[in-house]
Amino acid sequence: MGSFGIPLFPEQASTFARDVDALYFFIIAVSGFFALGVTVAVIVFGIVFRRRHAGEVGARIEGNLPLELAWSIIPTMISMVMFGWGASSYFHMRTPPAEALNIYAVGKQWMWKFQHLEGQREINELHVPVGRPVKVTITSEDVVHSLYLPSFRTKMDAIPGRYTHLWFEATKVGEYHIFCTEYCGTNHSGMIGTVVVMEPNDYQAWLAGGGVEGTLVERGQRLFQDLACGTCHLDTGKGRGPSLNDIVGKTVALADGSTAVVDEGYLRESIINSQAKIVQGYQPLMPAFQGLVSEDNLVALVEYVKSLSPQATTTAPAAATAPAAPAADPTKKK
Amino acid sequence: MLDTLKLPERHYLNNGHGLKSWLLTKDHKRIAIMYLISISVMFLIGGLFAAAVRVELMTPEGDLFLADTYNKMFTMHGVVMVFFFLIPSTPAVLGNFLIPPMIGAKDLAFPRINLLSLYLLWVGAAFFFYALFAGGVDTGWTFYTPFSSSASNSNVVPTALGAFISGFSSILTGLNFIVTIHRMRAPGLTWFRLPLFVWAHYATSLIQVLGTPVVAITIVMVAVERMFGFAIFDPVRGGDPVLFQHLFWFYSHPAVYIMILPAMGVISEVVSTFSRKTIFGYSFVAFSSLAIAVFGFLVWAHHLFVAGISTYSAMVFSFLSFAVAIPSAVKTFNWAATLYKGAISFETPMLYAYGFFGLFLIGGLTGLFLATLGVDIHVHDTYFVVAHFHYIMVGGAIMGYLGGLHFWWPKLTGRMYSEFFSRISAILVFVGFNLTFFPQFMLGYMGMPRRYHAYPDEFQVLNIMSSAGAAVLGVGYLLPVLYFLWSLKRGEVAGPNPWGASGLEWQMPSPPPTENFKEQPVVHGEPYEYTPHVAREANLV
Repeated sequence: MGSFGIPLFPEQASTFARDVDALYFFIIAVSGFFALGVTVAVIVFGIVFRRRHAGEVGARIEGNLPLELAWSIIPTMISMVMFGWGASSYFHMRTPPAEALNIYAVGKQWMWKFQHLEGQREINELHVPVGRPVKVTITSEDVVHSLYLPSFRTKMDAIPGRYTHLWFEATKVGEYHIFCTEYCGTNHSGMIGTVVVMEPNDYQAWLAGGGVEGTLVERGQRLFQDLACGTCHLDTGKGRGPSLNDIVGKTVALADGSTAVVDEGYLRESIINSQAKIVQGYQPLMPAFQGLVSEDNLVALVEYVKSLSPQATTTAPAAATAPAAPAADPTKKK
Repeated sequence: MLDTLKLPERHYLNNGHGLKSWLLTKDHKRIAIMYLISISVMFLIGGLFAAAVRVELMTPEGDLFLADTYNKMFTMHGVVMVFFFLIPSTPAVLGNFLIPPMIGAKDLAFPRINLLSLYLLWVGAAFFFYALFAGGVDTGWTFYTPFSSSASNSNVVPTALGAFISGFSSILTGLNFIVTIHRMRAPGLTWFRLPLFVWAHYATSLIQVLGTPVVAITIVMVAVERMFGFAIFDPVRGGDPVLFQHLFWFYSHPAVYIMILPAMGVISEVVSTFSRKTIFGYSFVAFSSLAIAVFGFLVWAHHLFVAGISTYSAMVFSFLSFAVAIPSAVKTFNWAATLYKGAISFETPMLYAYGFFGLFLIGGLTGLFLATLGVDIHVHDTYFVVAHFHYIMVGGAIMGYLGGLHFWWPKLTGRMYSEFFSRISAILVFVGFNLTFFPQFMLGYMGMPRRYHAYPDEFQVLNIMSSAGAAVLGVGYLLPVLYFLWSLKRGEVAGPNPWGASGLEWQMPSPPPTENFKEQPVVHGEPYEYTPHVAREANLV
């Protein structure tokens, strides 16, 4: 995939890559056709109709309505093909399959931190299995970053204060770039890493090798206890806060009369800025945990609360709970 | 024949001497010349920052500058070029000089406000220079929050105030043009007899007046958050960082049209003059300017396709972004058709117009890739975007501006420049530009992110090509400074209408007297009338 030694596109390593490249070459073909047409026309006209004596003037041609309508309408129609194709690719890219493996990414100046449900945590390196959809839920601890995986032809901004997501299905075992594509200060160009695509078996073996703190849910459960969340959020629903059982994916009525769907973003906001949305029938008693819980821990708490809604939790862990590996620094790989 | 031509005895340049006669002038032509000098200085400074960036990027390692220094270089390149060069360029220099004579007026409607606009640009630039000498700024010209409002330790507030103040320069210039075009047209000069240059500036002025206040408010919000701790964009305190991006691009996308529309106006004049032919489909070209101005306000969120906006709003903005591409395509087809059965000659301004065709075509067509959602996700914030907007804002806007400067230079100064060197420069700019920026499309699709101080080795070959092109481009941009300065003393006297053009401005002497016309011109005919009779009148035969 190169010409004269200069590569034209990065490795095609995800299910999106072929479609995006095809669309890219389609637009190159269409725009190449128009660019060539106009270029040839102006050059040929420039030669054929060059001024032959000083007093020569051009023909009086004011316009030609059918012609002008034609070159307004035909490009419009062609551009609608691009729009439609691009929009359908995008829709596909924005719709993760229900069975996707869930991974969390947190950007901070200037590193990417990834957390797997099984408990592994890594920095600037992301291990994923080949041939399985992976959904990455992304946030940032400080400024806006953007998680870019060029070989997968996808990216998504990491925005402080909210969750965004992207998904992909890797098609080729190998190591590929991770870049930050939203300028984030001094070491922006050093906020890079590697996504390691592994055979499913290797991935399982890798998963088994980390996670001293237990799974993400287990970490979340410990935090839930440490922060004494259970004092109010009783299972019975009779506590000062609503029960957290079976709430994910449900629509809850809020005190101000509006409603909200319980998803990861809602859970995150309800922890750090608990006054933002109060469930109907409850008092705004909960303290805000802004600044008290790191983004990494928020992710664990959110996963724990999600685990309390078993029928709504669509993302099964990739493996059974891995036993804690002794003496492994969870932030280091291999 | 040319030996008999003499400069007029009295003209706007010798009507009063000394600094005071310039600084207190109300003459739109003198103000235009002061703009020309000011923005040329800013272009040189912005160009030096660009050169620093290109030198750093010749090697993959960040070895020439510290990362912070590099970040300040590209930030100040962007700030200078956008706010202090491109936005004022064609309107404030050529528009200022030419709109009154093109419509048969003595001056703009508000001459004092015109001078105030220039002073505001200077005050804005003074804030920028303060920021520069106090250590620079590192937020990128886009000032994205919360980086700019909470994280950056550089001189964000003075830079932002510089942009804020220069914005008022732009607003007042736009206001002045709108009123002038509405109220001061010569008898007989109906809307559809206006030169397309005037239509383009009318559309530009609408954007300046309607869009600039929004970015001004946004900049104030960033400054207020930084200085007084108001929580507007900082998510930790309940603000919304993406709100900034919406507000910023609501102006800054139309701002691209502030840069390109006047250049399109120039191209219409040049193409018509050098093919001695009326513009093909005058009303399509005129209305396409207005269409671009209107649709330009409806596409801002295509800068946010990966910023977590909803899937459906992304689709709407993608659709509207294709819609804004159509009027630009129409203009290009109309210019090409204008050449058909023309009497074409290739003096320097026409070479620039041809260069504009090539670069604007590539710039415009690569916009389609970015409007297409599926492809944009991949190339968003990569060098593909850098290449695309340089093709529009440098390839398109500066080719138009330089073409216009070469076209009207004899009117501005009364003298001709060296045709030989100016053709060389036009060719150098075209070749150097493509060598600089075409490889960046390939870098972008390969995945190289923008604003990178260091990069993986595989991107080096294309980066070296780009830096080599930048050197050629630099020579192409410096040459005109030399031969323009040379022409002031030694250039041949041009006479009132060296190109045999049909516009009203060519009926004034070169350089024109302060009052432009001795008596009020009256317009009887259509624009761009090139008949054998007109040619004889203009002494072309």
